[in-house]
Amino acid sequence: MPAEKPDVLHGSLVLMVLRTLDTLGPLHGWGIARRIEQTSGDALELNQGSLYPALLRLEQLGWITSEWGVSDNNRRAKFYALTRAGKKQLAAETENWERISGIIGRFLRSSGEPS
Amino acid sequence: MKRLRVLWRRLAGSISKGKLERDLEDEFAFHLELETAEFIRRGMMPAEARAAALRRFGGVTRIKETYRETRSLPMIEVFWQDVRFAFRMLRRSPAFSLLAILCLTLGIGANATVFSWIEGILLRPYPLVSHQERLMAVSGTNREVAGDPDMSWPDYQDLQRNCTLFDAFIVDRITGITLATGDRAERAPASIVSSNYFDALGVRPVLGRGFQPSEDVGRNAHPVVVISYRVWQERYRGDPNIIGKPQMLNGLPHTIVGVAPEHFEGTFVGWAMQFWLPLSMQELFDPGGYKLEDRGARWIEGFVRLKPGVKPAQAQTEISAVASRLESAYPATNRGRGIRLYPLWATPFNNAGTLLPTLETSLVVAVLVLLIACANVSNLLLVRAFGRRHEMTVRLAIGSARRRLLQQLLTEGLILAALATAGGFVLAYSCRNLFVLLLPPRGNVRMYLPGGLDWRVFALSAGVCAVATLLFALIPAMQASKIDLAGAMRAESGGVVGGGRRALVRSGLVLAQVALSFVLLVGTGLLMRSLRAVQETSPGFSTANVLATSIDFAGAGYNKERTRSFQDLIVQRLQSMAGVQAAAFTGLAPFTVRSYQSASIAVEGYEAPPDRQITVDYVGVGPSYFAAMGIPLLEGREFTRADNDGAPAVAVINELMASQYWKGVDPVGRRFQTKGQWLQVVGVAKMSKYRNLTEISRPFYYTPLLQTGGGSGLQVRTALPPETLTKALRREIQKLDSNLVLGEVITMREQVDRTTGVQKLATTLLAVFGGLALLLAAIGLYGVMSYTVSQRSRELALRMALGADTADLLRRVLKQGLTLTALGILAGVAAALAFTRLLGNLLYRTSPRDPVAFGVACGVMMAATLAACMVPAWRASRTDPVRALRS
Repeated sequence: MPAEKPDVLHGSLVLMVLRTLDTLGPLHGWGIARRIEQTSGDALELNQGSLYPALLRLEQLGWITSEWGVSDNNRRAKFYALTRAGKKQLAAETENWERISGIIGRFLRSSGEPS
Repeated sequence: MKRLRVLWRRLAGSISKGKLERDLEDEFAFHLELETAEFIRRGMMPAEARAAALRRFGGVTRIKETYRETRSLPMIEVFWQDVRFAFRMLRRSPAFSLLAILCLTLGIGANATVFSWIEGILLRPYPLVSHQERLMAVSGTNREVAGDPDMSWPDYQDLQRNCTLFDAFIVDRITGITLATGDRAERAPASIVSSNYFDALGVRPVLGRGFQPSEDVGRNAHPVVVISYRVWQERYRGDPNIIGKPQMLNGLPHTIVGVAPEHFEGTFVGWAMQFWLPLSMQELFDPGGYKLEDRGARWIEGFVRLKPGVKPAQAQTEISAVASRLESAYPATNRGRGIRLYPLWATPFNNAGTLLPTLETSLVVAVLVLLIACANVSNLLLVRAFGRRHEMTVRLAIGSARRRLLQQLLTEGLILAALATAGGFVLAYSCRNLFVLLLPPRGNVRMYLPGGLDWRVFALSAGVCAVATLLFALIPAMQASKIDLAGAMRAESGGVVGGGRRALVRSGLVLAQVALSFVLLVGTGLLMRSLRAVQETSPGFSTANVLATSIDFAGAGYNKERTRSFQDLIVQRLQSMAGVQAAAFTGLAPFTVRSYQSASIAVEGYEAPPDRQITVDYVGVGPSYFAAMGIPLLEGREFTRADNDGAPAVAVINELMASQYWKGVDPVGRRFQTKGQWLQVVGVAKMSKYRNLTEISRPFYYTPLLQTGGGSGLQVRTALPPETLTKALRREIQKLDSNLVLGEVITMREQVDRTTGVQKLATTLLAVFGGLALLLAAIGLYGVMSYTVSQRSRELALRMALGADTADLLRRVLKQGLTLTALGILAGVAAALAFTRLLGNLLYRTSPRDPVAFGVACGVMMAATLAACMVPAWRASRTDPVRALRS
């Protein structure tokens, strides 16, 4: 396992899950994990299992729902979907993330130059 | 909101677990399958792909655990798991569980019982009365003598007018009344109360009304009565039209104006009241004349209700200020007089004050019993922990946290304690009214001393349960979870027994038990000695061959002359009876619950200190009273039939009065003044007791009944049995007037014995607790000894094989037990010396360090422990060396 790959920050994992469900619609756990890895260009290596407690937590918070359905390969699978509250949360978190990354980015850029 | 939702889902997750668990399995399996397929698609061999997928997923078990923890509330989860496990463990060793629960039930039950007594008798003694926490008892004080608690009505009214911190001043004076129904008459307990009584207490009559303010005033002007619910049901058969009907009370028809609600028994701890009468009827029901306008007549007892938020100390300050203003305004009657407030539990004029020391002691003793029980169960748990050492070691070795082990063991303890608390409540429920059974009844009075099992008692007992759990379960749990892993594994494989420290802890616990039960044994011994001392105290009159009874003339409406002539007749008839040596009437027989009249006196030639007032109790007695009672006269003579209205006023004083006010001078022929009248001393009587055996000697004088009038007590000196006298008297009364009530005829011995009820009660209680403690300590010692013997079986076998004989082994084991006991007793002596001082109030002529009590306690303790050690020692001596060494 390559050690250099950055670990997924917990807060950002939530954001990525919500975003994935927003773009792709209802999806099972493996699908979400694959999507996150693919989107990051396999730069992020998820400890895939840790996704599930996170999903449960999101469900308890009421941001996503889950439902047992049938997968493409005709197997019983649990599908997760974004709720209205989850959509709101995603918007808020996205905005928050952008604001913070903007600030951090500016900060990092400016600190290299003499004032 | 969000938190609540999460909590709710987690709670739901804690419940329906089976399905959720299967879903979890399915979901993970599905994931791994897809991931494996993905790796195979990328060209891996299936087995390799599966391994890669698992690696990618992370530790499945750990993630499942995290998932489960997120899904439910782990604390509850773990707790339930522990509870279920604990129940399994308890079922597995039923003998242990039963013994532990039994011990704890006794300990917790003893506490719950005492709590219920304290709640029902001392803290909230009056059912249906609102806000009892703001009620206080109020009574007078006298700088001259202790224990003269009553107040006068004018003083009480002044308090009421001038104090601002009180919601109400309530009068509640207990009395006895005679009620006539048809052709028979009987006595019943009643209260003379102020008109605000029912309103101020927050008690609403179920029928009719309480009293009205106008019924406080006037001389016998308002013959109305409120009856108790029980009287209404039993005497009037629940007649719905009872209001307005007449009832003869003390010879006067009274109108029934109200019925008190069910369960309201009045406000006198110990007695259930049957009738309530308004203040204005005082003269009819309270002997000693009309007192409502007399500031010197002290007869009022009562309660005050503080305004919300007022502290007792503030209230006392205000009331004292008013009392001292009264003292300077009315020096003739109020010199040296004050007013004092008491919490309900220390009320001086009812049984609360009498029972307080007993209940306090019971509480301390119950706590001691609980401690002993806890030590005992602690010990049992230690033994069992040793048996479960293997389980603990394995659990620790496979990674269980020590904290979890501790939690598990404490949960087991909590379950034991909870079961015991439930048992304790059953015990408390069945013992809540024990006080009534332990105190002897008094004639026609229904004793009412209920325990109160309310939420406060429940809460307190739950607290006791928690504390007890920590007390008995913590030490074994810490010991058990402190296993040294490597050592334990080695020890187990080698079969060698370790645990020297543990043995020390166990011995320490037994030592504590022995010490605590020793304290209780000493306490019991002291109370027994004290009771003995009380019973051996001479009352100063003969108790053998004297019968006492009463005839209620006032209650039948007799005036002075009629009473006198009837008394004369009775005494003559009695004295003509064979076997009767003397008979005499008295205002009040000694050792009844009623108190004597007291009077302010001025002694000729004696200067009282300026701020004091000499107040002395007195009683009127008929001719030859002293002969009938067997009280010797030291000087002078006793009253004769000549000491009547026409003769000069005379008095017989007691020894103490003579020595206090006529220091060294012969008082016979001298005079003292009371109520504006000079009395000449004609005799000095030897000291005797008046109310009970333990009272402090006080000055006292007697006046002739023929001069003062009244007199309902009848004392007869005879060897005849009480029944014979009862028959004879009943015959006379039937012949003359059936409205007269003849009281119970009892021997003076019986009369005196009844006053020692509280001492007997305290002794009985402590004896029961002491016995319990002894039993528990013996069980504890037995446990430790048999355990030690089983542990030492190899050593003992070796000794035997090497030639030690049976007696030697027996001695060896006994020595160990007795050493432990001796150390325990030593600690117990130290503890007892501190504890027995608490008994001070209950002890009579017995030192709290009484060597006999200590000696006997030592002996009993030694005997009990010897018995407890005997069985294990005997078993040790029967060790079969071959078998023991092989095993």
